[in-house]
Amino acid sequence: MTKLLEIDRLSVTFGGLHALKDLDFHVDEGEIVGVIGPNGAGKTTFFNMISGMVTPSSGDIRFEGESLIGLDPNQVAQRGIARTFQNVRLFPNMTILENVMVSQHCRTTQGMFGALFNTRSFRDEEADIRARGEEILGFFGTRLIGYRLEQPASVLSYANRRRLEIARAMAARPKLLLLDEPVAGMNPKESEELTTLIGKLRSEWGFTIVMIEHDMGVVRDVSDRVVVLDHGETLAQGSFEDVSNHPEVIEAYLGRPVEKRR
Amino acid sequence: MNTEITDSVHTVDTVSKGAFDVDWRKIGRLGGILAIGLVFIALVGMPVGLDGRLLIDPILSLGYLSLLWLPLIVGYSVGREVVLEGMAETKKGARDVVAGAAVGGLGGLGLSVLLVLVDNLDLRDPLVNWSPQLVEFLSFGSGLAFGFAAWIVIGVAIGGVGGLLHVLPGRGATAFVGAVLTVMLVAIFESFLTDVVDQLEFLYDNTGGLKVVWAVVLAVLAVAVALSGGFEKVSASRTAYQTRTGPGKARQTSMLVGIAFVALIVIPMVTGKVTQELLANVGIFLLLALGLNIVVGLAGILDLGYVAFFAVGGYTSAVLTSPNRGPQWPSWVPTLDGPGGWAIALVVTVLFASLVGLCIGAPVIRMRGDYLAIVTLGFGEIIRLLFLSDWLGGYFNGSQGITKIPSADFGTFEVKGTDPRSVFYLALAFAALSIYVSWRLERSRIGRAWMAVREDESVAEAMGINTVNLKLMAFVVGAALASFAGAIFSAKVGSVFPTSFEILVSIIILVIVIVGGMGNIVGVIVGSVVLVGVLGGPKQPGLLQEFSQYKLLIYGALLIWMMLQRPEGLVPNVRRTRELHQDEFLQDSWLRGEVDRDEAESVDAGDQLAGGMSS
Repeated sequence: MTKLLEIDRLSVTFGGLHALKDLDFHVDEGEIVGVIGPNGAGKTTFFNMISGMVTPSSGDIRFEGESLIGLDPNQVAQRGIARTFQNVRLFPNMTILENVMVSQHCRTTQGMFGALFNTRSFRDEEADIRARGEEILGFFGTRLIGYRLEQPASVLSYANRRRLEIARAMAARPKLLLLDEPVAGMNPKESEELTTLIGKLRSEWGFTIVMIEHDMGVVRDVSDRVVVLDHGETLAQGSFEDVSNHPEVIEAYLGRPVEKRR
Repeated sequence: MNTEITDSVHTVDTVSKGAFDVDWRKIGRLGGILAIGLVFIALVGMPVGLDGRLLIDPILSLGYLSLLWLPLIVGYSVGREVVLEGMAETKKGARDVVAGAAVGGLGGLGLSVLLVLVDNLDLRDPLVNWSPQLVEFLSFGSGLAFGFAAWIVIGVAIGGVGGLLHVLPGRGATAFVGAVLTVMLVAIFESFLTDVVDQLEFLYDNTGGLKVVWAVVLAVLAVAVALSGGFEKVSASRTAYQTRTGPGKARQTSMLVGIAFVALIVIPMVTGKVTQELLANVGIFLLLALGLNIVVGLAGILDLGYVAFFAVGGYTSAVLTSPNRGPQWPSWVPTLDGPGGWAIALVVTVLFASLVGLCIGAPVIRMRGDYLAIVTLGFGEIIRLLFLSDWLGGYFNGSQGITKIPSADFGTFEVKGTDPRSVFYLALAFAALSIYVSWRLERSRIGRAWMAVREDESVAEAMGINTVNLKLMAFVVGAALASFAGAIFSAKVGSVFPTSFEILVSIIILVIVIVGGMGNIVGVIVGSVVLVGVLGGPKQPGLLQEFSQYKLLIYGALLIWMMLQRPEGLVPNVRRTRELHQDEFLQDSWLRGEVDRDEAESVDAGDQLAGGMSS
C-alpha cells in the first residue's frame, strides 16, 4: 500500500504550550484511521495543521509525496484534502444545494468570461456542478434532497447539518477526508447509520478517511487503525483492540489509580 | 400539533380593557421621545427656515409640517404591538386613542416649554436657532399664552388622530392616510410635478402652495379610491407577484423590466430640465451603488473608500480629454477631445482604474472585517489627497482641479452637462451594463464563492476557495464600475476637483446600498432613486430642495430608523433577510412545519411541548 499522508516529527507550539509534539503519523491509501484522545489532546489542532489553517513550528506533512507546509488552506483542499468541523460550520444562509455546489469551486474552472457571456461550457459546467451536488446529497437518503435543496442550511436539524457538512466536504472531490467528530450530538440510531455511511464513503466513493471521534463504538466499527493522542503526543497506535488495552491509554482516559492511603 | 399550540394561545390577552387602562410607562417613554424629537427639530431650525414655503396656501407651511407629522406617527405607534404568528392581537379601542392623545400632549408640552424658555432665556450663543423668530413661529404670532396652550391642544389632537387610526373601521385608516399623503406629496413635489407636466400648474397658486380647493378635491379623490378598495388591489397584486413562482413569474418579471426600461427612456423626453438633471444624478449614483453592491453586498467586503475609484475614473478621463490638464504630462499622453475620443478615454480609464483597484486591493485584501474597512477608508482619503497635493500639482492642478473637460462626443450623439438628458441616457446604458454584470456574476461559480466568503471566510478557504483572489476580483470589478461613473461625472460637470471626491461620497453610496437593500439590484435602484433623487446627492440637489440644508440629518435619521426597523433594506435580498431575522425566520418555518427535527428527538420534544401547553 502507498502512503497517502505522511507526517514527520510534527510540532506546534502556541506560546509555551506544546499543542503537538514530535508527532509521527501516516495514512495509507484506502485506510480509515481513527484519532482518539481526551479533550485538549491536540486532535483538532492536528486537523487544522493538515488542512493548512495552522502552521506547524517544525516537522513536515507530505501528501502524495509532496510537502504541504506553507500552503494556504485552499491549496491544500485543491491537492485533495477536505475536512469537516467539530462545531458544524456550514454556510447557513446559502441553500443546501449551494453548500455542496460552492465546495466544488476548486474542481471547476469557469471564470468571469463564461459567466458574463453565458457560454456553452459555462452552462455545461453549471449543470455538472448541480448534478454532482444532488448526487452527493442523495448519498444521505431523502433527507437533504427534494424540496430541501432550495432551503437555507440554517433550517436543518443538528444531525442533518453534520450530514450536509460531510456532503460538502465530499463535493470538493478529495482523496483524503478529515472528519472531526462526525457523530457528535447524534442519537445512537443515527450514529449507527452514519457509521455505515462512513464505511461506504470508502467502499463506494473511494475516500481515505481520518476521523476524530469520541464515540468508541463508532471508532471500533469503522477504523482499521487507531491513533491515541494525549498532550500533543502519540500514546499508542494500532488496531482498536491493541490500543484499548494499552495501559497508558487507559491511564489517559481514566487517570492513574490513586495510591491507597493508610 | 401546531394547531393545538395556536388554539391554546388564542385565549390569552383578548380581554378588552377600559379606556384609561393604558400603559402609562410606555406613554411616558414615547411622549418623552416625541417631546425631545420635536424640540430637536425646532432647534435645528427646520420650522423657521421652512416657514416661507407654503404647502397649502394659506393654511399650512412646510415649517409647520416639519413638526406636525411626528405626533401623528408616534401617536399611532403607541398602540402598535408586535403580533407573533399564532397570537391574537389585543382588541383595539378607546384606550389607543387616549394613549395616542396623551403621547401627543406630552410632545406638545415639550414645544410649549421650549416656547417659554426661548422667550425668557438667551441661549443664542450656542444655539443659533434659539431666536425671536422661533418664539414668533411657535406662538403663531398671537402671544405666549396662546402658543403654550395651542401646542398642547395640537399635540393631543394629532396624537389622538394617530391613535384613532387603530380604531377606524374598515378602510377608514387607509383612506385617512391616503388622503393626507396624497395632499402632502402633491404639495411638496410642486416643482417636480409642474416640471414633468406643465399643465398641472393650475393646482398651485403663485406662491407655489396648493390651492385649498384642490387640496380638498385631492383628499376626496384619495378617500374615494381607498374606500373602493383601490389601494388594496395594488398591494394584493404586489403580493401575488411576490409569492408567484415558476415560468409565469419570470415572464412577469421580464415584462416589468421591459416596461420600466421603456418608461425610463420616454420619461426624460417629456420632462423639463430639472427632472432630467435629477435623473442624470440618480444615474451616476446608481452606477456607483451597483458597483459597491458587488463589493459589499455580494462579497461582503466593507469598502469605505469607494470614492477613490470614482475619483480615479473622473481624473483619468479628465486628463485624457481636457486641454487644461496639468502642464507636466509628457506629450505622448494624448488629448482625446475629438469625436469618439471619449470612448477611447473611457476604455483607458476603466483599465487604469482596475489596475489601481488591483494595486490598492492586493496588499489590504487579506485583512478582514473592520480592519479592512478602516484601511479602505484610509486609501479613499489618500487618493483624494494625492490629487490635491502640490507634489502631483503639475499633473492634477491641486485644488484648482482640471477644468474645460469636453463633452463626451460619440460623433452622432453628444453627451454634455448642459443637456442632462443625454447624460442620463449614457448613465442608463452603463447602469444596464452593470446590472447585467452583477446579475450574471451573482448566479455563477464566482458569485457562489463570494457568498461563501461573505458567510464564513475561513471555512470558504478550507473548502478550496482562494478567498484572496476572489475578494480581489470583487474589489476590481467594483473599481471598474466606479470608474465608469467617474468618467461620466467628469464629462457632465466639465471639471473635476478634489472636493468632488470627499469621504462623504463614499458614505452616501454605502447608505444607498444599505437603505435600498444590500445584495439586491432592485433595492439598489430604489435606494438611489429615494436618496439621490428625492433627498439629493452629496452636492446635488434632490426633489426636496427645501431640505437640502438638512439632507445629512435626514440621511442619518433614515439610516438609524432603517437599522432599527428594517435592517435588510427597503427591497431586501432574501438571504440578508434570513440572516438578519434568523430567529423569526426559523420560528416561522417551524410553525409551517418546515424545520426538520431528528426523528427520535422530534417525538420527545413534541410531546413535551404539547404537554406543557395543555396544562
